[in-house]
Amino acid sequence: MSALLEIEQLEVTFGGRTHRSTAAVRGASLAVERGETHCLVGESGCGKSVTALAVMNLLARGGERRARRLSFQGDDLLKLDDGGMARLRGNAMAMIFQEPMTSLNPAYTVGSQMTEVLRRHKRASQRVATDRAADLLARVGITAPGLRLGQFPHQLSGGLRQRVMIAMALMCDPQLLVADEPTTALDVTVQAQILRLLAQLQRDLGLGLLLITHDLGIVARVAHRVSVMYAGEVVESAATSELFANPCHPYTQGLLRCVPVPGKIRRDQPLGSIPGTVPRVGPGFEGCAFRERCSFADATCAHTIPRRNAGATHDYLCRLPA
Amino acid sequence: MRTATPAIEVRNVGRTFRVKGGLLGKDRHVVAVDDVSFTVPQGGVLGVVGESGCGKSTLARLILGLLKPETGDITVEGLQVADMHRKARARLIQPVFQDPFASLNPLAKVRDIVAMPLIAQGNIARAEIAKRVEEMLTRVGLTSEMSGRLPAELSGGQRQRVAIARALVLRPRIVVCDEPTSALDVSVQAQILNLLAELRRELGLTYLFISHNLAVVEHVASEVAVMYLGRFVERQPTETLFAAPEHPYTKALLASVLTPEPGLGVPDVGLGDTLPDPANIPPGCRFHPRCPIAEPRCSVERPLLKPRPAGGVECLLAPDLR
Ligand SMILES: Nc1ncnc2c1ncn2[C@@H]1O[C@H](COP(=O)(O)OP(=O)(O)O)[C@@H](O)[C@H]1O
Ligand SMILES: Nc1ncnc2c1ncn2[C@@H]1O[C@H](COP(=O)(O)OP(=O)(O)O)[C@@H](O)[C@H]1O
Ligand code: SF4
Ligand SMILES: [Mg+2]
Ligand SMILES: [Mg+2]
Repeated sequence: MSALLEIEQLEVTFGGRTHRSTAAVRGASLAVERGETHCLVGESGCGKSVTALAVMNLLARGGERRARRLSFQGDDLLKLDDGGMARLRGNAMAMIFQEPMTSLNPAYTVGSQMTEVLRRHKRASQRVATDRAADLLARVGITAPGLRLGQFPHQLSGGLRQRVMIAMALMCDPQLLVADEPTTALDVTVQAQILRLLAQLQRDLGLGLLLITHDLGIVARVAHRVSVMYAGEVVESAATSELFANPCHPYTQGLLRCVPVPGKIRRDQPLGSIPGTVPRVGPGFEGCAFRERCSFADATCAHTIPRRNAGATHDYLCRLPA
Repeated sequence: MRTATPAIEVRNVGRTFRVKGGLLGKDRHVVAVDDVSFTVPQGGVLGVVGESGCGKSTLARLILGLLKPETGDITVEGLQVADMHRKARARLIQPVFQDPFASLNPLAKVRDIVAMPLIAQGNIARAEIAKRVEEMLTRVGLTSEMSGRLPAELSGGQRQRVAIARALVLRPRIVVCDEPTSALDVSVQAQILNLLAELRRELGLTYLFISHNLAVVEHVASEVAVMYLGRFVERQPTETLFAAPEHPYTKALLASVLTPEPGLGVPDVGLGDTLPDPANIPPGCRFHPRCPIAEPRCSVERPLLKPRPAGGVECLLAPDLR
């Protein structure tokens, strides 16, 4: 059986084919299995959000998407027209964003926005929809769901809004949930609560979860599988325990050394760091995009780089053997 | 004796804000900093952690003399901040803020931004200014080619280097860092943290270091203060705080640090879904509505500071060690 979501050789460019255009995603491939949390991790500008938006067919104007294959539950998403995609979004595949207010309408109550989804996609009655909305609010840990249904988004704290977003995304029993940095704007305590909730829901409902984050701590704690993105490419992909035990790409290794971990590095010792910053890459770029920052780089890194296997389900994009 | 004078001494400092209500709403009286006292020794690094809105930035601005306290007094290097002339204060204490973009003049070139504090002193020769700016830029890792650029032409990490150069060009004794790396990617965060640590050692600086990231604070601070609704609810040497946190809020904060260790899952931080409101400080212990171990007396009795060998804790249930 094919995976729940399959992305093969996805390319996204902005600004046409001019010299000023950006190759935001460059040949990225990944698969999200049913009942699995797949984390897409990388620093800002690496192409994580654009990948998610390309899957949902929500790219901003000027964004052009190509792929060898893009399928959801075996259906070809590249062949779906706008109407077909709209029937899937918020239904079998749902998405939540870093800032809940980008998808919550300030003019409507939480209740009317939540029930609208179910009425539109499933033609449910108002009563059935309201009951389900209240159930789901309770399910995501909101006390007094009845009260919250009648409130407007601005009357809720950031953490509550994100819980509402999650509940809303679950209204139509999705198979796939795409969450783009859902806790980045929240305080650490609230972040932990929301992530715990997401992990629990993922398990209990058997969701496929594509979780986008820049935080390796989050990856370690919730992912089954990880894809590390750099300058639009998936540079390493592995099962979570494998990635942390045996990181093969110099970028993955560097990232792991940068993260301060209590009790690990003495205060007077420097943290590991990667010099420089993520480059912006145009179409037609050749070689490894990390080479300017990589301590292992040599002349061959400017040419096409092979994808190597470091195990049955572990691969990476670097000239260095495992 | 010079070392006997603390670098920073804060005594019973309080600050509130009156926030206008809406058309019909009443004015709200926000308590930002509530009767806080502490000292930071010469060459020490006090880390301040806590959720957004707990008063960290207000505390920073009070110490920098950018805001007047309503009660209490603040001395730096033994001098009253309130009585100090702006120029003298600038030679003693300087800020580095989170968003270098907001704190740098967008129309000024890098070298002019860094020269500003020297020019403002009014008595430093042109040639001397140029020399010191050049030295400082090199010291923070910016090339001379960059000194002619505008802030918009720099990366986030480079902008933060400019902000650090500007803060240090007058050779102050104390630097107040308010979330200096929160807007940066981890690889760049590591570069900046390492730079701040080197500069502190070389120049013998004292830091007040504010962050919402406990792992970062653990790496840089010699002592940590945990702030909740305007008060320090626990203050301890860093090792003690991380090894044996006493306040339930400190424990919750530590539990929410997601270290990159696979297999541990996301812990239950046990705080419920009510959020603190600084315009409505709960009676008794201000943490009691969220406290997982609260007893009935916690909602009526106000906890006093229980001293510890090098700090203290404000919880009714913490043991009295005297
Ligand atoms: N609407 C857009 N127009 C032009 N470039 C864009 C647009 N959206 C994203 N990009 C570019 O695509 C790249 C990847 O962006 P993004 O996917 O948002 O990164 P991430 O989510 O990993 O931080 C960046 O270089 C970004 O500037
Ligand atoms: N200039 C101001 N006017 C009104 N309220 C303010 C002002 N500055 C801060 N506050 C309020 O004081 C409280 C503490 O804010 P702040 O010190 O910025 O917290 P933190 O830096 O910990 O997030 C918040 O409730 C904030 O809204
Ligand atoms: S391909 Fe070369 S530059 Fe890229 S990560 Fe490997 S060694 Fe470094
Ligand atoms: Mg993004
Ligand atoms: Mg602040």
